[in-house]
Amino acid sequence: MEKEKNSDQKSRRNFVERGLKFGLLTAASGALLAKVFGKSGNTESAETVELMSTDGTLMQVPASAVSHAHESKSAYNPREGFSNRKFVMVVDLAKCRNARKCQSSCNKNHYITGENAWIKIYKMQESEKSAPYWQPTLCQHCDEPACVKVCPVDATFKRRDGIVLIDNNRCIGCRFCMAACPYSVRVFNWSDSWQGDAVEQAAYTPDYAGVPSQKGTVDKCDFCPHMIDKGELPHCVSACPNDVFSFGDMYEDTVTNGSGQSFKLSKLLKDRAGYRLMENLGTQPSVYYLPPSDRVVDFEEGMKNYTEFQSVDKPQEP
Amino acid sequence: MNTAYEKMINDLAPKKFGWKGNAWVAFLVVVILAGMYSYVQQLKSGLVITGMRDYALWGIYISNFVFFVAVSLVGSLITAILRLSGVHWSTPLTRIAEIIAVAAIIMAGITIIIDMGRPDRLLNLFLHGRLQSPILWDVIVITTYLVISLLLLYYPLLPDFSILKRHADHQGWLSKWYDRLSLNWSGNEKQVRIHAISLQALSIMIIPVAFAIHTVTAWLFETTYRPGWDSTNFGPYFIAGAFVAGSGAVVVVMFVLRKLYSLEDYITDDHFDKMGKVLVLLCLLYLYFNINEYLIPTYKSTKEEAMHLQSLFKGEYAVLFWTVIIGGLILPVIILLFRKGRKPLPLFLVALAVVLGAWWKRYLIVIPTLSHPFLPIEGVPQSWHHYAPTLMEWSITAATLASALLIITLLVRFLPIVPIYETAEERGLTETSQPTCS
Ligand code: SF4
Ligand code: SF4
Repeated sequence: MEKEKNSDQKSRRNFVERGLKFGLLTAASGALLAKVFGKSGNTESAETVELMSTDGTLMQVPASAVSHAHESKSAYNPREGFSNRKFVMVVDLAKCRNARKCQSSCNKNHYITGENAWIKIYKMQESEKSAPYWQPTLCQHCDEPACVKVCPVDATFKRRDGIVLIDNNRCIGCRFCMAACPYSVRVFNWSDSWQGDAVEQAAYTPDYAGVPSQKGTVDKCDFCPHMIDKGELPHCVSACPNDVFSFGDMYEDTVTNGSGQSFKLSKLLKDRAGYRLMENLGTQPSVYYLPPSDRVVDFEEGMKNYTEFQSVDKPQEP
Repeated sequence: MNTAYEKMINDLAPKKFGWKGNAWVAFLVVVILAGMYSYVQQLKSGLVITGMRDYALWGIYISNFVFFVAVSLVGSLITAILRLSGVHWSTPLTRIAEIIAVAAIIMAGITIIIDMGRPDRLLNLFLHGRLQSPILWDVIVITTYLVISLLLLYYPLLPDFSILKRHADHQGWLSKWYDRLSLNWSGNEKQVRIHAISLQALSIMIIPVAFAIHTVTAWLFETTYRPGWDSTNFGPYFIAGAFVAGSGAVVVVMFVLRKLYSLEDYITDDHFDKMGKVLVLLCLLYLYFNINEYLIPTYKSTKEEAMHLQSLFKGEYAVLFWTVIIGGLILPVIILLFRKGRKPLPLFLVALAVVLGAWWKRYLIVIPTLSHPFLPIEGVPQSWHHYAPTLMEWSITAATLASALLIITLLVRFLPIVPIYETAEERGLTETSQPTCS
């Protein structure tokens, strides 16, 4: 029953060193920002890397002209997170047609066995006269997180890279954080459920929520640090067939969607009038929403996937 | 031989239980054992045995916890506030109030542990405690309150123990315990002085701590954004409600004990009358805070608040809500305004209604709010939309209530229910001198 597992920090360090090829770069034309998830690392001049200039245009630059700053050699600590990064997500409501692929991918990759998914697609309607729309909602990774403020034992914590995580080895299961979170994204492990041999044996790290899950503690969306670490996008982002999600780094002012397209964050938010959920509460979310205006999808189409009382497809009992 | 004095000791000394007492203890033990069985199931399978789920994330464990904290406040009211304000009529009730306070605060602590998903990690609160969290404040003030309450129960008992030591001579072991617990009290001038000063100091100390425990308990809710909890009124509202619940509990216990032990000479009809007045005053105060708590949000009716209030006023919780408000607050006020209503029996019945109402009031504070989060409840099984406590949850909760009653019962068995020494002082009775009044 007890599944205390130590986080294996050593092997993770290698991951970080391999994966964290990013930073402010110097190129002949001036200061350029590396594309967050671009491949790099080779010094042969024939290779190019895609970079984004400060005004948001993408360009190809010889890899040899690029030098990497901020390559942290210090041990990666899941409590502190990546240095010099600030992760953000943009959710384009105009594109969401309730395909629910984000949800099933998240459920699958986090081995969610409970009844409540960590990402939900709400059927929203501001008022009777306005048009309804679909709103994927996950942990907002708030910069003033209500959940962190109230946690009595520092089990839920905010990292320097903006990610809010839970240390399931420390959580005492008081559920105060669930009461405090205005976005209802936190999920409790009411019982012990079987997640499969591999997961049950896995070494626990707060970096990979739910692997394995622990009875009597809280879980929620972790912004997939285990994917970021590999230089990949969070599961929901890459699973979405409609490119609803973009994920990236605020310091680099860049977000990338599931198809690999990059956008300049500040421009995107300005042009599309991006907003955050319940801004008035002062929680300062890291997830931005683009309003469902000029919609490219039909709301009704999503209704066929709408399951009011279900968000996790339970694996069939063998 | 000083007969009045002897008679008083005889009247007030703790007595062995008869069959009624034993049956009562047996009943409580059975309830507690049933609850323990359920709790073992909870430890094995997790909180899944309760009716709580991700939306109704707190249930009757928490509302019961708030109830216990509330009841425990009466110790500070009767022993400290009344003592300091120079009110003497309440002296015979101080012991009862303090016993109730100690029982309630102990059970409050245990109840909160029962609610934890990982009680095995209780120590994390001390190893990794973070002062930003209201839960830590609660841990600190509740333990402080427990310690001061125990001392406030114990100090006035010192002279009583020394009296009982002599009185209980025929029951060897008991007398020995009284002797030990009396800490060599001889009643000399120095002891009396230190005793008086300590009691005074404790009485002063307990008041801010008492206010703190219940204010912090209110803050557990108030510090969240949720409609129904997001109120600046919660602190005083909780404290007023706590005094109501606690005074009600004192009236109930004093009525029962007076009847069982024939204490009519010590707990008189006048005491009931006065407690009735205290209760009605507190109920009016509580009513005032209730009006603030419900009327103003109703007047504004923001979308979220309106939804919450609707469910209380005419929705799902309406029957419970109005029963509690009318039966547990308004009717008691009306009845207690009349002298006849403050006679022992009617007052007892009213107090019983007040205590029951107080328990359910906590339910209404904790649960309905959770079913109205900001985002719609979606993607969870239909049964998660509404909270209904399970049988196991009820049995665990019943066991905590039974435990509180058991603590009270056992303390009543071994401690004088009415302080002997203080009563003797007030009546001018001493071991050697002649009574100055009878
Ligand atoms: S959305 Fe909720 S759980 Fe996530 S960081 Fe904000 S308050 Fe915490
Ligand atoms: S349930 Fe766990 S993570 Fe949430 S506040 Fe309590 S200890 Fe912290």
